[in-house]
Amino acid sequence: MTVFLLHIYDRNGNSLYEKEWCRRKKSNLTKEEEKKLMFGMLHSIKSFVSKLSPKDSKEGFLSYTTSQYKLHFYESPTRLKFVVMTDINVGNIRETLKKIYSSIYVAYIARNPMCDLAEPINCKLFESRLETFMKGLSFFEDSKE
Amino acid sequence: MSKQPGRGLESRKLVGELFTLTYGALVSQLIKDYDNDDEINKQLDKMGYNIGIRLVEDFMARSNVDKCQDFRETAEVLSKMAFKMYLNISPTIANWSPANDEFSFILDNNPLVEFVELPDDHPDLNYSNILCGAIRGALEMLQLEVETWFSKDVLKGDNITELRVKYIKRLTDALPAGED
Repeated sequence: MTVFLLHIYDRNGNSLYEKEWCRRKKSNLTKEEEKKLMFGMLHSIKSFVSKLSPKDSKEGFLSYTTSQYKLHFYESPTRLKFVVMTDINVGNIRETLKKIYSSIYVAYIARNPMCDLAEPINCKLFESRLETFMKGLSFFEDSKE
Repeated sequence: MSKQPGRGLESRKLVGELFTLTYGALVSQLIKDYDNDDEINKQLDKMGYNIGIRLVEDFMARSNVDKCQDFRETAEVLSKMAFKMYLNISPTIANWSPANDEFSFILDNNPLVEFVELPDDHPDLNYSNILCGAIRGALEMLQLEVETWFSKDVLKGDNITELRVKYIKRLTDALPAGED
């Protein structure tokens, strides 16, 4: 199983952090365009999914799967958006995404008074903890180049 | 600030006096830096706001509370969880407006003012104004716009300290152009 990428967006759709692992085929878009389109898509899916829902649900949109990859989505109560793309064999990793928020983002960015919350993340401690955390995930194993 | 993630609700102990006196030092420095009480109140509110927008992330990560169904629940969570977690007090919620859009926190023992007596030349200083800003900032991040102010303050000779919170509106996501 494999993890391809992780994106973090703030409430206004600005990309705060992105990281790719083992993503061999690139889209022919610039990074900027790709991130913008991804955010737009997520936003639309999220709002449409909740409109379509037959019952009021707390969580709403969790993930979608294509024949090639699965995209997992988590939005914190403060509307930070965490996106992880994995291969299709990965199950529900909602708790993992929550953990990225609560024990990595909050611990190293929100509690760090030197990090500007509105700026893209530039914090070595955050990056190294995140890297360790991702590599320790059971479904990360085959992502090596 | 802690370097260890993943600690639960149990908070670490800090000597209360150190906290109270540190806040006191901050306010007294502001008094030196600014001439009038309004400006000091504004600065305290601004600092509180900046604390609030970060603290809310910490609060959410630690408490795991769900979305509040109404403003009454918001008030409960603020009092029983947020105030409890960060200041170890649980203010009484009182004086709801008929429309349920405005209430008060009655702060019985506000740790910030433990050693404080307002000097006569600062009659308009809202000593604990940082709390107003923190609540406003935190709720704004959760898409609730509120107004907060001290309507009564024991430091000013009132019999209670009352922090008023008024619901203004629900904020919606700022969207990229072209979205609904």
